[in-house]
Amino acid sequence: MEAGRRRLLATGAAAGAVAALPRVARAQAAATIRIGVLTDMSGSYRDNTGPGSVAGTQQAVAEFGSRGFAVEVLVADHQNKPDVGVNIARQWYDQGVDVIVDIPTSSVGLAVQNVSREKNKVALNVGSATSDLTGPQCSPTGIHWAYDTWMLAKSTGGATVQAGGDSWFFITADYAFGHALERDASAFVRAAGGKVLGTVRTPFPATTDFSAFLVQAQAAKPKVIGLANAGADTINCVKQAAEFGLARRGIKLASLLLFITDVHSIGLQTGQGLVCSETFYWDLNDRTRAFTKRVLPRMPGLHPNSIHAGCYSATLHYLKAVADMGVAAAKGAGAEVVNRMKAMPCDDDAFGPGRIREDGRKLCPSHLFEVKAPAESRAPWDYYKLLQTTPAEAAFRPLNEGNCPLVRS
Amino acid sequence: MDDIFGIPAPLLFGQLLLGLINGAFYAMLSLGLAVIFGLLNIVNMAHGAQFMMGAFAAWMLLAWGGIGYWWALILAPIIVGITGVIMEKLFISKLYKLDHLYGLLLTFGLALIIEGVFRNEFGSSGLPYRIPPELSGAWDLGFMFMPVYRGWVVIAALILCLATWLMIEKTRLGAYLRAATENAALVQAFGVNVPRMITLTYGFGVALAAVGGVLAAPIYSVNPQMGSNLIIVVFAVVVIGGMGSILGSVLTGFALGIVEGLTKVFWPEASATVIFVIMAIVLLARPAGLFGRA
Repeated sequence: MEAGRRRLLATGAAAGAVAALPRVARAQAAATIRIGVLTDMSGSYRDNTGPGSVAGTQQAVAEFGSRGFAVEVLVADHQNKPDVGVNIARQWYDQGVDVIVDIPTSSVGLAVQNVSREKNKVALNVGSATSDLTGPQCSPTGIHWAYDTWMLAKSTGGATVQAGGDSWFFITADYAFGHALERDASAFVRAAGGKVLGTVRTPFPATTDFSAFLVQAQAAKPKVIGLANAGADTINCVKQAAEFGLARRGIKLASLLLFITDVHSIGLQTGQGLVCSETFYWDLNDRTRAFTKRVLPRMPGLHPNSIHAGCYSATLHYLKAVADMGVAAAKGAGAEVVNRMKAMPCDDDAFGPGRIREDGRKLCPSHLFEVKAPAESRAPWDYYKLLQTTPAEAAFRPLNEGNCPLVRS
Repeated sequence: MDDIFGIPAPLLFGQLLLGLINGAFYAMLSLGLAVIFGLLNIVNMAHGAQFMMGAFAAWMLLAWGGIGYWWALILAPIIVGITGVIMEKLFISKLYKLDHLYGLLLTFGLALIIEGVFRNEFGSSGLPYRIPPELSGAWDLGFMFMPVYRGWVVIAALILCLATWLMIEKTRLGAYLRAATENAALVQAFGVNVPRMITLTYGFGVALAAVGGVLAAPIYSVNPQMGSNLIIVVFAVVVIGGMGSILGSVLTGFALGIVEGLTKVFWPEASATVIFVIMAIVLLARPAGLFGRA
C-alpha cells in the first residue's frame, strides 16, 4: 500500500517534471529574437528585393553578434499578393516572430503594416515605395527605411523639370505604388511650373509589352515620359522606348524608380544617360565599399542596392534597440521598441549617421545618379555617376505635410 | 488631324500595327499548342516555359558560346526541341491513356519546376539581349517609328505559321500525322511507327515555342516569367480559335492581338482582361471555338 502510494507520488513528480519541460523551452525561446524577412522571392521584384534582402538582414545579424540573446531569421515569399502577405504575417506573429523586414510591393507593405500595428509587433518596411506608409497610414509600430515615392519624385522628378523637361506623360503601374509615385511626381512637376499632359495605367503584373503605351504617350507630345513603375516593367519600358526611337523624337525618359539591379539587367548600352535616385550606392565612399565587400559573399550574384542595404541597416538598428531595452521588455512590445529606435541615433556603414522621425520615416541623404556609358564604366557594376546629393532633412516629405496622425501639430 | 471615335487616326493605326506584332507571338505560340493538342491530346501547360527556354538558349549561345542571333534562331529550337523529346519520352508518354487533366497537371508542374530552376539560376529581372545589327533601326512611318525588328517578327511568324500549316495539310508526313490522330492503331498496322511520330511531333511543337522565344529575346527582357505572362493569353487564344484547329489558332492569334491593341487605346486598364471576356462570350455562343468542330 505504502509502496503503491510512493510510486504514485514518484509518477506525479515525474509528470510534473515533464510538464515543466515546455516551460523551460519557452524560457529559452523568450531569449530569441525572431526576424521574418517577408519579400518577393519569385516575382518581378525578386532581384530588387528577395535573396539580396535576406543577405542584408543576415549580414546585420552576423555583425551584431551575440549580446545575451539569440537571433533567428525566417524567410517567406509573399508573391506580391496582399492576402498572402497578411496571412504569413499573422501566422508568423502568432508563432512568436517579433519583427518583419523588407515587405516590398506597396499594397502588401500597407496591409502588413496594419497587421503589425494590430498585433503590436514591429514592421520595418524597406522594399515598399509608397509614402503613405509614413503619411495617412503611418503606424506607431512601423518604420519606413531607405526610400519612398516622395523622395524619388523630388530627386529625379525635380531634377528633370529643372533640366527643362516641363511637360510630362505618365506610364503608371495600376496599383497602390504606381498611383502614389505618379501623384507625388505630378505634384513636383506642377509646383515647378510644368504640365502633366496625360497618364496611362498599365495592368500589373500582367504587362510585358509596353510599346502600345509608349506610342500613346508619344502621341501626346510630352518632353518627358515619367515611368511610375518598377522592376521588370521599367526594364521593358526602357528597352522598348529605345527600340521605338523616343529619344530621336526629343522625348526623355524619367525612370522614377530604378535600382542598380535594374540597370544591370537593362545593360549600359541601352540604359546610358538615364537618371535615377538611390539612397545607397556601393561605390559612394569608403564605408559603403567596406559594407559591400562584407555582404557580397552572401549576395546572389548581384551588388546590393538601396533596399538590400536598407534591410541591413534597419535590422542592425532594431537589434541595437532590443539590446538596449533587454529582450524581455522588447518581446511583444512593438510600439516601445519603435519608440526606442526613434530615440536612438542611427549609424552604419551603408547609410552613415541618420535618425528616425516621429512619423516613422528614416532620414538619410538621397543621391541623384546618371547611368554611365559603356566606355565610362571601368569595372563590373561601375554604373553610376553622382550628379547631386540632397541632405537628409530635405530629402523626404516635411513632417507636417504627410497627414500622419502620430504627428502632433 | 482626322479622328476616329475621338482617337487621332495615326495613334489608332499605330496601335493596330502593334497589335498585329503581339498577335504574331500569340499565333506562333498557339500554333505549337494546337499541333500538340491536335495530335497528342495533351494540353501542354509547359509551353510558356519552353518559350522562355528558347529565349534563354539564345542568350546562353551568345553569352557563353559567342554564337549570334541567326544561328540561335536555328540552334535554340533544336536544343529546346530535344529537351521536349526527352520530356515526352520520360513523362508525357505515360499519360496518353489517361484523362486530359493528368497531362495538364503534369505539364503545369513541369513548367513550375523549369521556371523555378531558371529563377534560381538567373534571377528575375532578366538578361540583356541585343537586337541583331542587321535588324536594328526603325522606319519613320510618319505617325510612328516602326522598329525594323518588329516588322521582321511579323514576317517570320507568318512564314512559320504558313509552313507548318502546309506541312500538316499538304504533305505525306502531315497525312500520316492526321491519320494517326484519327486512328493510331490502324496507322500502326500500315507499318508507321506511331509512338516515334508522336514523340517527334511534341518535339516539333516545343521547337515552335522556342523559335518564339528567340524572336522575343531582343524585345522583352529575357527572364524566367516571360512565358508565364503570355501562356494564359495564348490558351485563351487556342480556346477561342477551337482546340486543335491549326488555322483557327493562327487567325485568332493575329485577330486577338489587334483587339488587345485597340483596347489599349480605349480602355488601357482592361487590356489584360479583354481576351478573357471574348473567351467567355465565345464559349457561351460556340463551345467548340470559332473554328473548331463540335
